[in-house]
Amino acid sequence: MSARLGFIMLVHTALDRAAQVARYLAEAGSPVVIHVDARTLPQAREALVSALKDLPDVRFCTRHRCDWGTWSLVAAMQSASELLLREFPGVERVYALSGACLPLRPVAELEAWLDRHPDTDFIESVNVGDVNWTKGGLSEERFTLHFPVGFKRNKWLFDRLVDAQRLLHVKRSIPDGVVPHIGSQWWCLTRETLERILQDPRRAQFDRYFRRVWIPDESYFQTLVRLHARKIESRSPTLGKFDHQGKPHVFYDDHLQLLRRSDCFMARKIWRGSDRLYAHFLAPRDGAPSAAEPQPSRIDRHFARATEQRIRGRAGLYMASRFPGLNRENGKTAEPYSVFQGFTEVFRDFEGWLGAVASCRVHGHLFARKKAEFAGREKFFAGGLSDSASLRDYNPRAFLTNLLWATRGERQCFQFGPADTQGKAYELLWFMSADSNAQISVITGAWAVPLYRSGRDVAQIRAEAARLQRIESDMIDILHSPHVRARIRIWTMAEFLENPAEALHALFDEIAPQSQSRLLQTPELVDLSGFGSFLQELRNQGMQPVLMGEFPTTPEAPDPSHRMK
Amino acid sequence: MSLLTSYRLRLMRRRWLIRARRKGRELTPLADRTDQIGNRSILLFCTLRNEKPRLAYFLKYYRDLGVEHFIFVDNGSEDGSAEYLAEQPDTSVFRTEASYKASRFGMDWMNALLRRYAQDNWALTVDVDEFFLYPFCDTRPLRALTDWLDDAGVRSFGTILLDVYPRGPVNQRPCVEGQNPLEIASWFDSANYAISRNQRFRNLWIQGGPRARAFFADQPKAAPALNKIPLVKWQRGYAYVSSTHMLLPRGLNLTYDTIGGEKASGCLLHAKFLATLGDKAQEELARGEHYREGREYAAYARGLDDTTDLWTKWSERFINWRQLEIMGLMSKGNWA
Repeated sequence: MSARLGFIMLVHTALDRAAQVARYLAEAGSPVVIHVDARTLPQAREALVSALKDLPDVRFCTRHRCDWGTWSLVAAMQSASELLLREFPGVERVYALSGACLPLRPVAELEAWLDRHPDTDFIESVNVGDVNWTKGGLSEERFTLHFPVGFKRNKWLFDRLVDAQRLLHVKRSIPDGVVPHIGSQWWCLTRETLERILQDPRRAQFDRYFRRVWIPDESYFQTLVRLHARKIESRSPTLGKFDHQGKPHVFYDDHLQLLRRSDCFMARKIWRGSDRLYAHFLAPRDGAPSAAEPQPSRIDRHFARATEQRIRGRAGLYMASRFPGLNRENGKTAEPYSVFQGFTEVFRDFEGWLGAVASCRVHGHLFARKKAEFAGREKFFAGGLSDSASLRDYNPRAFLTNLLWATRGERQCFQFGPADTQGKAYELLWFMSADSNAQISVITGAWAVPLYRSGRDVAQIRAEAARLQRIESDMIDILHSPHVRARIRIWTMAEFLENPAEALHALFDEIAPQSQSRLLQTPELVDLSGFGSFLQELRNQGMQPVLMGEFPTTPEAPDPSHRMK
Repeated sequence: MSLLTSYRLRLMRRRWLIRARRKGRELTPLADRTDQIGNRSILLFCTLRNEKPRLAYFLKYYRDLGVEHFIFVDNGSEDGSAEYLAEQPDTSVFRTEASYKASRFGMDWMNALLRRYAQDNWALTVDVDEFFLYPFCDTRPLRALTDWLDDAGVRSFGTILLDVYPRGPVNQRPCVEGQNPLEIASWFDSANYAISRNQRFRNLWIQGGPRARAFFADQPKAAPALNKIPLVKWQRGYAYVSSTHMLLPRGLNLTYDTIGGEKASGCLLHAKFLATLGDKAQEELARGEHYREGREYAAYARGLDDTTDLWTKWSERFINWRQLEIMGLMSKGNWA
């Protein structure tokens, strides 16, 4: 078989896997030139050489000590390419791969595919001014500053040298005609292009320049190919996915189907222990060769999701490896919820009514002093939450976020009020009011209704009324703060009672937009016939009830049209 | 200010290390196969006392994950635990009759052995009732995780200690020797964990779960901590401060993201609630060798009788790591 495709392979660890891949490629008839890192132990290298010594088309080139991000990697590729081009004159294309690459399809299919793209160089080559994926802040500066020290060798010194050069406005001049481009170092070039790069009369000048460029292995061939290529297909022929820090994702045995589905010819990087992947993809294949086009985008979503999870996380989740600081949460809670203040006080059985007409879970006062009033007054609730007040009050915010996390998919509604636990310095209300998932509806002054209906002596409840009013005015101040992101509605009790149906309908349109709220019957109001006199009685005792709005002292039956609608 | 804090913590770390060296002298080797440890072996460290019935499954579980060598401290077992462990081909066993409490609940011994044998290796420090789960643990061996952490330059891996319990009275379902305890204790609480940040050591402080709701409802502050950092690429200068809850230097405790993202993390399934616990609580209470005067065991002994049932209708049944990942008890992070 005439070898039209040759491989250069850079290896430093996992040489057993490199040997497997080299054997697979060589047995398919392609010559392979291997560069072994000069730092690899001699015994390991000898084992590799002897494992491949029965294959005449596997060669080893001059070794360089390779440090990540430095010129040594380019030197290694140059040496390997030169050897390959010299020793195998029949080779028309050169494919660069690493020891962690794995061929996913037979070499013959790759050759056939390359034949369908004559004179084309497959190399990712992006103008450095246009890239947004360089990590660590250096893009154009990679080409205009000096980098005498490798980043991995001395991070501190590396950063200080960059800072110093920025301060001194150091600017290297780029050789004439060179437009910096960067991209993946795993490419497939035609013999013509590669020869022109390696035999360029200005090569010594270019090499001298790139020796002090940062990460030249991602820019040397990617830049120079622009001077020589006839036709550039700017993408890496090797499938590789990168995370948010620019590190390659690793493929494991459980990615087998994903890799198959991609129809790519080569993948990087493979974990060395992936026995199943190596066994599957290096096994001899029968059946007709496939002409499928590589579709690396098919597996994008899988890896994009992982990156998203690492960067943004799941909204409303607080756990052992995600504990965002205040206002760095990307969503304070998991899902929308509704908080009602004063509604159970003015309506008879508001909870029962809401539960019946809206498809959501309606709790009582979750933060009541005595215990958490879960829907149905259960002792435990979703996630294993307990109704114990002391457990809840130990970390009330966690109680709320846990509840909303554990009930994802079901809207939660609960009652709240000035008589409830507020947390340290109103931390609960601050948290909810700054949460865009919260819908908070308040009827101010409604806390007076239970006092009125208790029938207790006004002189006795005066202090309690004053306390609740003070707390509620603090709460209203919080709800009016500029940091509010919740959907907030506030009525005084008098305002609300003028037309309760209107207010309820507006709320309902948000909780359950699909139901036809206009047709709903509003719940029955409690009897407030003596309420005005009760307020006057409080005033007579020296208290000043203001939050409920104006109520006439003489009892007046409310307009019946408001009661039933 | 922060320089002063750093300096104090450095002194503290030195003190723990010196103490570990001193307490390390209390250990006598019963079986020393530490020459098997290579320069990139995955090691497991564990202190125990009278846990014979649990050992067979424990060893199997961690061998299957890819632990290459086990280092045990046997604190005066009388049930043959030490002899059983000493017979295994991949263990080293150290015995001591010294006080568990005086060794800071075994941590001085652990620190001493970690310092001696774990330099530059990944070390998992767990109890015999803790089962480590990490993302993809059903398809990728532990080595895949440690290689990935090495590539990312990460030195420690965080978990939540997730209490698992049986359905029905704890005392009614005994666990047979060699049996998977998770077959019996297969239920857990999915979302009742309260988290705060420990500013001094920078670790998270997680409390909650069935133990908090059943035994500590009236004193939630005393509920046991559930934050654990069991997997560390060990260096000589490292020290566990309090159980495996936190380490020094404190950078090792930053196993969580603070700006909204998720780092990769795992779970330690804690199969404490099995038939033997009732007796064990009484015994441990009598010994008085446990943390905070055995307050935890006192609470169990009080709360745990034949009718104790931690199960509620909201309990979730353990299926696999993916379930825990979806529930947000652990995270894949960017490990795809």
